[in-house]
Amino acid sequence: MAHSNVAPANGPLDLSRLHGQVVVVDFWASWCKPCRQSIPWLNELKARYGASGLTIIGVNVDAERRDADRFLRDVPIDFEVLFDPQGNIARQFKVKAMPTSYVIDRNGKLVATHLGFRDAKKAETEAAIKALLDAPVH
Amino acid sequence: MRKLLLLAIATVGLQGCANLGVQPWEREVLARDDMQLDANALDTAFDDHIYFSKEGTSGGRGFGGGGCGCN
Repeated sequence: MAHSNVAPANGPLDLSRLHGQVVVVDFWASWCKPCRQSIPWLNELKARYGASGLTIIGVNVDAERRDADRFLRDVPIDFEVLFDPQGNIARQFKVKAMPTSYVIDRNGKLVATHLGFRDAKKAETEAAIKALLDAPVH
Repeated sequence: MRKLLLLAIATVGLQGCANLGVQPWEREVLARDDMQLDANALDTAFDDHIYFSKEGTSGGRGFGGGGCGCN
């Protein structure tokens, strides 16, 4: 399955179950300041496109779970969150910056990697995701 | 014996390279405000003033050189 080029099936993050969906995997942490801005926006994306086939998965890389929980009280997340305190998933995805998000198309192919978060790029990224949602599945 | 000792030292030295730096997802402590180089702006300004005053003859923060170093 094509998803294996991003994350192995049966790994902590098994993307093969999401075949046919456009997937955004977002790495975040409580200490990462841009994440406070990116997460509400990802919530919005999920609200707008969730029904059309967009799945967002947040991967938290805080070493201490209570730091993540405190952040979640301030900034609630409306999508699935995995906790990766050892950084195993982050290592597998070769995360280069915080936050990093990976966009995977309906065929399981990694199509974009976004390092950091900039307000100015929101419209462009959203348009790209919308195009992926409209693209056919093989 | 000496060669063996050198080898042992080199091997121990190499272990220091096993983990190069902190990974992006491990920067929790480094990201703290009080861990920034300019955590205290006033302090940084004082330090900078002392630096460019002392080093004025060689240009201080710039490249010009020949400053009097008296401010």
